[in-house]
Amino acid sequence: MSGVQEFAASAAMGEKVRGLAVVASDGFSARYDLDRIAGIFSRPEHKLAGRSYVGLILVLDRPKGGVATAWMLHEMAARGVVPAALVFNTVNPIMVQGAALAGTTMMSGFAVDITKAVPDGALVELDPTATPPVLRLVPEASSPDVGPGA
Amino acid sequence: MLRLDDEAEAMRRGALGPARQWAIEHQLRVGAYLGAPDLVQVSQAHIMADTESLGAAGVAWLERFAAMPERERRVRVPTITDPRGTDFTAAKRLKQQDYMVALERRTVAAFEALGILMTDTCVNYQTIMPPIRGEHVAYGDTGVVIYCNSVLGARSNFEGGPSALAAALTGRTPRYGYHLDERRGGSLLIEVSMTPRRLHEWGALGGVVGRLAGDYWRVPVLTGLDRVPGSDELKHFGAAMASFGSVAMFHIEGVTPEADSLAGLFRGGAPAPVRVGAAEVGALLASYADAAGAADGVDVVVFSAPQLSLMEMQTLAGLLDGRRVTVPLLAVTSPQVKPDADRMGLSARIEAAGGTVLSGMCFYQSYARELGEANGWKRLVTNSAKLTNIIGGYGYRPMLLSMEACVDAACTGRLA
Repeated sequence: MSGVQEFAASAAMGEKVRGLAVVASDGFSARYDLDRIAGIFSRPEHKLAGRSYVGLILVLDRPKGGVATAWMLHEMAARGVVPAALVFNTVNPIMVQGAALAGTTMMSGFAVDITKAVPDGALVELDPTATPPVLRLVPEASSPDVGPGA
Repeated sequence: MLRLDDEAEAMRRGALGPARQWAIEHQLRVGAYLGAPDLVQVSQAHIMADTESLGAAGVAWLERFAAMPERERRVRVPTITDPRGTDFTAAKRLKQQDYMVALERRTVAAFEALGILMTDTCVNYQTIMPPIRGEHVAYGDTGVVIYCNSVLGARSNFEGGPSALAAALTGRTPRYGYHLDERRGGSLLIEVSMTPRRLHEWGALGGVVGRLAGDYWRVPVLTGLDRVPGSDELKHFGAAMASFGSVAMFHIEGVTPEADSLAGLFRGGAPAPVRVGAAEVGALLASYADAAGAADGVDVVVFSAPQLSLMEMQTLAGLLDGRRVTVPLLAVTSPQVKPDADRMGLSARIEAAGGTVLSGMCFYQSYARELGEANGWKRLVTNSAKLTNIIGGYGYRPMLLSMEACVDAACTGRLA
């Protein structure tokens, strides 16, 4: 996989996932920011307002307030209207708890601002099982699909 | 891998049933991610679980626990609930749909089977059993957590519904974050040049500080207030800070119990202060006026988030005496305050003016999008900064005003 850029994370959970990244230097809360029926960002002020999150790898700065995401990721996963994975510069406990319940792949804690390192729309591979966990930017013409986000 | 004592290890092996086994495994996953060395015993749990968040899948998931044998499913520490997604006595008036009420009833039945007390409140620190300084708890509402950490000196992280339930089942929670002395010091110094007078201003100040902190792991320290705030003031202040910034703890020099001195809060020396005053608070208030647009009509006035105290109910009743609302006015309180408000005639005075008193729910936790669509509510006026921060994503255009201005808007149907 020559030409692949890698970013090590300090913490991760879940399975290996590959998918397209939706990137913004903004926060995240399933309650505050999403229309979970339509599967889009609904808060008008959010930098991803109007865009779909379904089956995509969200790369965002940090979680917002509120505890609802701890349940909502599970509910969204049950209906299949859920991101493929979550990537943050920093997390709060709610996002960790929600990902743990829903079985969502999540990764956080990078040496760089990950929202600036990953281009919006890039093909990304997350490997939470690696030591340390790693996010890879994959050239579009690279290897076959892996994981649920493919 | 977290260290487990013998009993917790037995839970992990499944010797105490599948519910406690799930709970320990959940705590191990969360604790490992967040660097917890072990689990800490907790004395209470508080679970947020409105059914808009749970969905049908979450309710069915809870019901699996409720169907287990009693000795395997009962919680091990006193466990209470955050607001529900409806006031069952008012669901029809609110135009909530039957499926919402049915999900809520199923959730109540499941929680009761687990031995959970259906307190349905986000102000348990004012009404149920406030925790003591140093007491480790597992609370599941950000407003509850920040108040209890900061004002009471208790110790909790944000425990979302699944994790609060896990703590209830095991009597433990992962020891990280605000359970640890080293996490409770200050990390941001705020020098305040205006002391709010009204609740919405306290919320706005909390919102400004929350945005400045912007991170669960940062602890703002405030100096410069010219008086000791009251419980309702710090309720709005903390709830807004937690909402705008995901902040779980703050200190106020000379006021909150762990803030005797700046030197004690900043072990490496206090950082340069960030100054916050009337301009910053005014800018936050104005941002909602700008976002709400030029039209001055009002669709609904909401007092909620957090639930109103008895004193807030009294103030609201006084403002409504002799007046009549022309747009819906919802006053949401707790099931603990409501009977007192009824007994003392406060509910009757609010309803005599055409207002609606609700209890045991919270506006944004009650299918707010569907409520808005069913009732034609878009332009929402409130004195809760927390609610203004949340409700935009549900399709509303909120305005943050004083309780007095909210009542005026409810009576005239317009903004002054």
